[in-house]
Amino acid sequence: MRQRFENIDYLGVILWLFRAVIIVAVIWGTIATILNNPYSTENWIDFLVFGLAQGSLYALIALGYTLVYGILFMINFAHGEFFMSGVFTATVFVAIPLNQAGYLNRYPILSLLGITLVAMVVSMGIAILTERVAYRPLRRAPRLVPLITAIGASFFWQYFFRGLYGSGVTAFPTVDILKGKWSIGGIEILKAQGVVIVASVLLLIGLYIFVMRTKTGKAMRAVAEDKDIAALMGIDVDRVIVITFATGAALAGAAGVLYALLFRQVHFFMGFIPGIKAFTAAVLGGIGSVPGAALGGLFLGMFESVGPSLFLEGLGIPAAYQLKDVIAFTMLVLVLIFRPQGILGERLAEKKA
Amino acid sequence: METSTRFNWRESVRMGLIAGVIALSLSLIGLVETFGGRDIIGGVVSLGQIFLFGAIMGVGYFSAQRNLNARAGVNLLGGLLIGVLASLPLVVLIFVAEPINLRQFLPNASPALLELITFGQEQVTGALIMVAVCGVLGLIGAGIYLLPSRLRRPLLIGLLLVLLIGLLSEIIILAWGNKGLGLKIRPLIFAAKGLSIRGALLVFLVVAGLNAAWSSQGDRVRQRLDALPSGQQRAFRWSSLILGLVILLFLPMILRTYLTEVIDNVGLYVLMGLGLNIVVGFAGLLDLGYVAFFAIGAYTMGVLTSQGDLGVGGMSFWMALPFAVLASVMAGIILGVPVLRMRGDYLAIVTLGFGEIIRILALSDFLAPVIGGAQGILKIPKARIGGVELVAPEQLYYLILGACLIAAYVSWRLRDSRLGRQWMAMREDEDVAQAMGIDLVQTKLLAFAIGAAFSGMSGAIFASKLSSIFPHSFNLLISINVLSLIILGGIGSLPGVVVGALILVGLPELLREFAEYRLLMYGALLIVMMIVRPEGFWPEATRKRELHGYEELEAKAVPAE
Amino acid sequence: MAILIANKVTKRFGGLTAVSQLDLEIKERSISSIIGPNGAGKTTFFNCVTGFYQPEEGEIIFQGRPIQNRSPDQITRLGIARTYQNIRLFANMTTMENILVGLHPRLKSTWIGAVLSTAGTRREEEWAHEEARKLLRFVNLQGKGDILAKNLPYGDQRRLEIARALASQPKLLLLDEPTAGMNPAETSEMVAFIRRLRDELGITILLIEHQMRVVMSISETIAVLDYGEKIAEGTPAEIQSNPRVIEAYLGRGSVAEAAETPQRPASTAPAISSLE
Repeated sequence: MRQRFENIDYLGVILWLFRAVIIVAVIWGTIATILNNPYSTENWIDFLVFGLAQGSLYALIALGYTLVYGILFMINFAHGEFFMSGVFTATVFVAIPLNQAGYLNRYPILSLLGITLVAMVVSMGIAILTERVAYRPLRRAPRLVPLITAIGASFFWQYFFRGLYGSGVTAFPTVDILKGKWSIGGIEILKAQGVVIVASVLLLIGLYIFVMRTKTGKAMRAVAEDKDIAALMGIDVDRVIVITFATGAALAGAAGVLYALLFRQVHFFMGFIPGIKAFTAAVLGGIGSVPGAALGGLFLGMFESVGPSLFLEGLGIPAAYQLKDVIAFTMLVLVLIFRPQGILGERLAEKKA
Repeated sequence: METSTRFNWRESVRMGLIAGVIALSLSLIGLVETFGGRDIIGGVVSLGQIFLFGAIMGVGYFSAQRNLNARAGVNLLGGLLIGVLASLPLVVLIFVAEPINLRQFLPNASPALLELITFGQEQVTGALIMVAVCGVLGLIGAGIYLLPSRLRRPLLIGLLLVLLIGLLSEIIILAWGNKGLGLKIRPLIFAAKGLSIRGALLVFLVVAGLNAAWSSQGDRVRQRLDALPSGQQRAFRWSSLILGLVILLFLPMILRTYLTEVIDNVGLYVLMGLGLNIVVGFAGLLDLGYVAFFAIGAYTMGVLTSQGDLGVGGMSFWMALPFAVLASVMAGIILGVPVLRMRGDYLAIVTLGFGEIIRILALSDFLAPVIGGAQGILKIPKARIGGVELVAPEQLYYLILGACLIAAYVSWRLRDSRLGRQWMAMREDEDVAQAMGIDLVQTKLLAFAIGAAFSGMSGAIFASKLSSIFPHSFNLLISINVLSLIILGGIGSLPGVVVGALILVGLPELLREFAEYRLLMYGALLIVMMIVRPEGFWPEATRKRELHGYEELEAKAVPAE
Repeated sequence: MAILIANKVTKRFGGLTAVSQLDLEIKERSISSIIGPNGAGKTTFFNCVTGFYQPEEGEIIFQGRPIQNRSPDQITRLGIARTYQNIRLFANMTTMENILVGLHPRLKSTWIGAVLSTAGTRREEEWAHEEARKLLRFVNLQGKGDILAKNLPYGDQRRLEIARALASQPKLLLLDEPTAGMNPAETSEMVAFIRRLRDELGITILLIEHQMRVVMSISETIAVLDYGEKIAEGTPAEIQSNPRVIEAYLGRGSVAEAAETPQRPASTAPAISSLE
């Protein structure tokens, strides 16, 4: 009898209770909201579409985390800054001058492609530089060391670009063709949101093909599997790592432009919170998995967009939208505790054993 | 080894261009201009110029280091080349800035900056001077490295101290005051801004001379100290400790109000640093949400003592302090439980999330009825000791000093205790630590709890010091600040926390220009420290001496066997 | 009397069964070995015994108590200690500190006692340091107490790891390849040392070992694992002549030593015979 008592896992019980409380709160809140129903169907659809657009941005950023983590087992804390640097630079040097010269609305598609290209290139440049200077010398160091450098790099770039372009919010010029709404099967979608969703899906598919089909993609997967053996097979590991960083950063750069189209502003701090959210998305989907990152991003975006209205308001919390970040972080904690391998990820613990 | 005696010209070209890009970046992000107003040597050299030219000299030095087998003349030439190349981006800047109106893109490409980098001359002359100055600086940089180390060390340390004293000249003058000795010495050394040329020379010569003397005689002094019998050594250690305490006790009288205020802030960070040092330094748990406990301590103090609308307890500071600390400890444990089984890097992100959750909650309308939301909590009373209300910085100083001493004492006792060893073992290898019979749950929670206690105490004092608290005081940057300072001082090192806090909190408070670039520098610092000196500036060393005593006894005992 | 009994222990990783239906009995004050080709599940079994893994099936009984669901720290406190195949010292702690950590289960002082510097705590710390110094002497590391563990030479690290394990006063000591990477002289020294542990301290010893010379000279009983299953068990002489063992080793073309060892050339023989 005493023996059985000793074997109870207190920690397990506490964690179980924690989970139960949150599940009950979510269900309670949801039911309360549904009974009251303060929103119309159109409202809910708006929430969902916005969540989808936001989520596809998270997905694009999350890929950068997942790719790097898959290869280096390192959380690239500075990834959010890769996202910011590209679009900030492209806005200051390309978008605003083009707009002033009137080209932006005369040749909108060409201009937007140009802006995106510049953003991607700048993001890649920053990523390559960061990898070379801050990460590469520490590749064999204990785990926490590169994480601390990554935090350092994150703040360095934030305040570097703050110094460079100023600390205020810079407006991203409006593009006329993206004003207004599309109506698809009776559902009204803001054009900007539609473009973000479609472009993200295309980029995601492109990346998937790149990783799965091309020779470079295969080399990336080989390095992710085992660096030493990949090196023995004649793969230049350093080069693959740089390519991985650059690929992730290019997607982040593109995501930055989509973000600017959606929210019409850029500033030096814009990468930080989306970066952490995207990391959450990557963990949610299973870090190291490309489809997982996409799925995790979409899921997180929708959850965050619908969640405050759906279950927080039901709990009687005023101004629940203020707490959407709390939902995201709580989800991160829950996933890490109860399903660290994520939705699609493989169990990392077993890989170790 | 034939190849290494040759000079690597290609690398030099690359290094020169890198130095140039660095110099250009420093200019364009506004560092050079912002610090251009802070003269180190009055009218001669400003801190902004030192940033700019220091980078170039540094690369020259570095290049000579890389090519240490090349002939001296060639090496100097290499330094010159690097300097000249490094000036090129700046020269380009001089010529293009106005025609393309660079300022519309880069707000810091201002006329003031241009004036600075053209030395006040018109474009062509300015550019030529710039090339020449940079070339000479590169050459000097390489030259310094080529000096025998007997000369190089005093030279560098002398320059460093000139920089430091020049930087702090305003404060030193302030501390000395306008009476007596201060008034006499002042015109001798200081100009209106910064050091005078004469003062700089004087400081340099004195410091360099002292350093040279110490490096030739220092070993002997140290040896003699080591040779003292252990009783006298202990007496020496005790007397220096007491001396230190006496100085700490009288510090506010030496420093006066303004500086004491700065020291108070440093003290609050020391308190937090000591706490985070237990979590990160001893136990190896990277906590990025450490500000949460600071916030909880402050808000508990606020709610319990405030005489405004939100106050519920109406307690005094001393009544509320245990509750504030207890609330932080509870939060430490509650936040600790879910992360117990997480691996290090995930832990970092999750704790960061916790920190943000606390801040968002503090800011939200949801909790506004209790803790005030964006309006914060007002009318928090000051602490009182025996009828004296601690209002002035000099009075608060003793409160903060007391808290710091307690925290330092607890840290010191714990470090050498059974629990300290549990933490360090866990930091080194969690699995093995558990296999040594260590209960990881208990060990981790104790680290979180004690760390949170110090932070909560800091927060409580902070609340009473400011009389009002607002959510924006508790952002992530505080966590990063504290993390940076313990890394700078040396992870796990107690004196390191103080050194780190003095440099990272004290300096920026004294030099207001730093405010904007604080985090830029912290970021760079974290990267550089991790790559170049991961053990910090004041690494843990006392541990070894502790056991040394025992070992000595043992060494004597062995032959007897 | 058996100090450790494994009863149909099974450990799986996904589709792979690392240890399968393993039965094992270790007698008190014996020296036993587990051998087998790489990946046979030897270290996995150690991990199950020490609580690092939880076996899916079966039970492990230590001194009459089932321990398969206990955590590693509880098991250590019951009296099982281990060393690791790839030495796992606390690299940035000194030799002394490593042993002091090993002493952890035998200390009682709390952190409050340490902060208040109570007489009891101080006495206990003094006792712990004295005990640690004794252990240093026992493993011949006296005078090296202040060296960081990572700076010790390889052989010293092995011995320090054993000293750290001994510090908890285990009744059963699991050694995972204690002679890996050692030259013949160091190896025979280690063999003698392991014997001393049993003879002088009365500790039961279970080891995983690849060097057949060591296994055959030191063990009283040997269990052979292959693909997670026990394929043979017995005295060294019985194992050497067991056809299934020879097949397991030779059939995979790995170490041919199993069959060869008895006719080992004379060069290392004296060292071994002098021990016997």
